[in-house]
Amino acid sequence: MTVSEITTWQGDVEQLKGLVSERALSGETMVLNMGPQHPSTHGVLRLLLELDGENIISCVPDVGFLHTGIEKNMEAKRYEQAITMTDRMDYLSPMGNNLVYCLAMEKLIDLDVPLRAQYIRVLLAELTRINSHLVWLATHALDIGAMSVFLYCFREREKLLDIFEIVSGQRMMSTYFRPGGLWRDVPEEFEPAVRDFLDYFPGKIDDYENLLTSNPLWLDRTQGIGFLSADDAIRLGCSGPTLRGSGVNWDIRKAIPYSSYDHFDFEVPLGQHGDVYDRYIVRMKELRQSLHIVRQALDNLPGGPVRSNNRKYVPPPRSELGQSMEAVIHHFKLWTEGFRPPEGEVYVRVESPRGELGCFLASDGSPKPWRVHFRTPTFVHLSALPHMAKDHLIADLVGIIGSIDIVLGDCDR
Amino acid sequence: MGLTSKLGGMGVVTVKLEDAINWSRTRAMWPMLFGLACCAIEMMSAQASNYDLSRFGMELMRPSPRQSDLMIVAGRVTRKMAPVLRQLYDQMPEPKWVLSMGDCASCGGIFNNYAIVQGVDEIVPVDVYVAGCPPRPEQLIHGIITLHERVKQERLDDWV
Ligand code: SF4
Repeated sequence: MTVSEITTWQGDVEQLKGLVSERALSGETMVLNMGPQHPSTHGVLRLLLELDGENIISCVPDVGFLHTGIEKNMEAKRYEQAITMTDRMDYLSPMGNNLVYCLAMEKLIDLDVPLRAQYIRVLLAELTRINSHLVWLATHALDIGAMSVFLYCFREREKLLDIFEIVSGQRMMSTYFRPGGLWRDVPEEFEPAVRDFLDYFPGKIDDYENLLTSNPLWLDRTQGIGFLSADDAIRLGCSGPTLRGSGVNWDIRKAIPYSSYDHFDFEVPLGQHGDVYDRYIVRMKELRQSLHIVRQALDNLPGGPVRSNNRKYVPPPRSELGQSMEAVIHHFKLWTEGFRPPEGEVYVRVESPRGELGCFLASDGSPKPWRVHFRTPTFVHLSALPHMAKDHLIADLVGIIGSIDIVLGDCDR
Repeated sequence: MGLTSKLGGMGVVTVKLEDAINWSRTRAMWPMLFGLACCAIEMMSAQASNYDLSRFGMELMRPSPRQSDLMIVAGRVTRKMAPVLRQLYDQMPEPKWVLSMGDCASCGGIFNNYAIVQGVDEIVPVDVYVAGCPPRPEQLIHGIITLHERVKQERLDDWV
């Protein structure tokens, strides 16, 4: 396809009917395009805004600028190969995506996961949550005008990326979780690195809070902005910190524990007012809770294997290949053809840093998934954005977008 | 006096105009603030504290294409985004350069499917490709230095 063949929407007013108010069609209010290249849309979100002066009358999100066809592409890969695709969906929480897809596979084939692997999964998922919240805080603060927070957050984030690199060899796209456990056990350097981080990071959260939490400018820009009542949040399908900022106590880690989250003691921070500020507070508290979970997981890390022993689905360790003919056969079968799960459909959900991340997996008994679908939080939250942005100033829209923590890769897949 | 004493009272420095212009182009190259996908996060890391792209004259990321010299295509370019990207490129004043960051922008990466443009060089001319998924910030910086080396070789009449 050449550039000239690709056409964009050329702006026929008739097509806007129903999306914007009648006043826009007569030219009384202004229709303004924001994005897809805009520094505070966190990627490639396009918003169609109808403005009366500086007030937003209506806001129509246009998504799909990052539609990658991941779900379709996964159908062309074997189950285990497809894990690499999930990393690239919500690129701020790759391990969270790996986790939900692996859990779906494990539920489909009824595969056991050793406790050690479950704990390491929880540990890394929580570190990923911290990683994601750091990028959220950095960009959210930057949007509202606090540049230094951005630099601090990215400094701390490098430490986390180092930890991910220790375990998986990659900074961001780790593909470390595999069906039945983990790719390999964590290396020796892992524990000291995490302990270092645990000692280092709490002071840094205090620093961020000193900069923002009671900063009058920050309060002015966030309090009472982007209000979402608890009922509306539920009605619009919100989840994660966006829902909890409105005071609804719903955290999948508590409500439907997965991957041994029920072994850990942590609190679910809640907001009261449902505005941008409360969502900020919820996420800041979540940072501390995540650290708390990481500490527990590290202290109580059980020994033992990190991958299931079910040879039909999990390749044998390298050391066995020299001794057992059976192991060689399993190895060969798994790496040339992949495994064949039974026919069936499953739906699994986890609490990603942004909210409820669900994975629907359908199998027809072949080595490739028949259909994979992800229910992603950003997509749902974007549909709640018009509701939150209504009647606000256009300058506040930037803060509201930041407060629902959108990642367009998560939305469009 | 500052500069004079530093130069050791040399008085006059002669240099080819071409070299002087190319040198100044490499020392203050403003990239466009424009992220598409995962690679953009690594681009932000390269901008931030630990890697600090401003060491290479790039502390200013310009959100407006009209003020930028370098387009870093950081991430996968979808069919829906392609016309927008081309329009942004057309809006940049010359001289301008394009750096394709990551496997997706360079060749489609792992997404060989209906949605992704298989390499951004289908729609804009690319000067430097940086491999990796995502490339580390060091790799991006290496790509930028490679581009600088290239710019230093350019002839003035390349852009007229
Ligand atoms: S190259 Fe990799 S990291 Fe970069 S945009 Fe593509 S999938 Fe994301």
